Amino acid sequence: MKNTVKIELPLSDAAVETLSAGTQVLLSGVIYTARDAAHKRLCELIAKGEQLPVDLNGGALYFVGPAPAKPGAVIGSAGPTTSYRMDAYSPILMEHAGLKAMIGKGNRSKSVVDAMIRHKCVYFAATGGAAALIAKCITACEVVCYEDLGPEAIHRLEVKDMPLLVAIDCRGRNLYENPEIQ
Amino acid sequence: MRTIQFNAVADAVTALCLKAAYDLPGDIMQGLENALAQERSERGRIFLGQCIENARIAARERMPICQDTGFAVYFIEMGEDVRIGGGSLYDAVNAGTARGYTAGYLRKSIVTDPLFRRRNTGDNTPAVIHLELVPGDKLSIVLAPKGGGSENMSALKMFPPAAGRAGLVEFVVDSVTRAGGNPCPPTIVGVGVGGTFEKVAYLAKKALLRPLGQPHPEAEYAALEQELLEKINASNIGPQGLGGDTTALAVHIEYFPCHIASFPVAVNLNCHAARHDQVVL
Repeated sequence: MKNTVKIELPLSDAAVETLSAGTQVLLSGVIYTARDAAHKRLCELIAKGEQLPVDLNGGALYFVGPAPAKPGAVIGSAGPTTSYRMDAYSPILMEHAGLKAMIGKGNRSKSVVDAMIRHKCVYFAATGGAAALIAKCITACEVVCYEDLGPEAIHRLEVKDMPLLVAIDCRGRNLYENPEIQ
Repeated sequence: MRTIQFNAVADAVTALCLKAAYDLPGDIMQGLENALAQERSERGRIFLGQCIENARIAARERMPICQDTGFAVYFIEMGEDVRIGGGSLYDAVNAGTARGYTAGYLRKSIVTDPLFRRRNTGDNTPAVIHLELVPGDKLSIVLAPKGGGSENMSALKMFPPAAGRAGLVEFVVDSVTRAGGNPCPPTIVGVGVGGTFEKVAYLAKKALLRPLGQPHPEAEYAALEQELLEKINASNIGPQGLGGDTTALAVHIEYFPCHIASFPVAVNLNCHAARHDQVVL
């Protein structure tokens, strides 16, 4: 196993290039949440040439629909959702919005991995189902847009040392395809 | 005839929603701990350790184990000598569900019509309710909240009888392998065999409710469960789909008689946050 590295957002191309599949990461900074419905809206805006409601340049999207916060809590449980459902949208966000990192669970399609190589983007696996544990790393949460989508609204999260694993790196090395990579 | 009041049912359902979301059943916790002791992949052990720690945090802090608090799926056995006073059973279960998901800060994950509007219903209703009439004057309610990630990996095939045991083994192992890390392995693999198209899917889901690792009472099916589990765990899918020995915690098969022309097989996966709870009124 590789050593754990601490990473701060936003990410430059050079920072993305230092991350290789199998590396454990503690991620800090601002990330945005988005699931299927929010991705669809973002990509519709891009298709119409309109401005996005969030700045994803050098940024990270976390595929999550959090549980509601209890009184006094920052957020409810907030583990990753399955990423392949975002496969149709992710390359568009890399190309047109400067997306540099995605956080989710499960393998991605070849077209996503090809786009990650082309646009220098990294895919982190968060532990699916470890939603109460992950919520501990989230220090701030607010809804930015698409409130009508309920849990699928885009939230701005501040995270501190969020435990992740580089599952697919920007050279296309893929832990799901080659779990023997250390 | 025994009357159980609408509110008693709704209150019991509300309590079930909270308990199921916050408390991982003991048999599943034990299964994760056994897997951690046996897992040879270091990465796999890290993930299993996180799942266990997560379940402990959730129980202690009364937080959902998983943010996907699921579709509320109920298996209800209603005694023939029971009636519900002051409303219908279905309404009581839905009222209790809405209250539980709201009061417990559970995620509301249900949208209205699946194709055109997909508007969140706001209270996680309607529930899916499987109702069976049984002798007696009791009302047993089992709640098994079901997450979308694992549910999406389900598979069903109407085989010809000639496919037999070998066809079933290949289909089940292939379904679990193709699902990879998507359903949050280690999973519990529910297999339905026989019946009709809709019955076999129900059997696969119901198989997930059996206490973890309790083998099928019939030796041939128990042996088949063991064979499937060994083949699935030799796949190196592993915890989270990133390699290891623990792809599934158990395989549970349920069967029903079937038509001379048919051999239906269904696979339904449950994630490692395999939540379920029961109340008997």
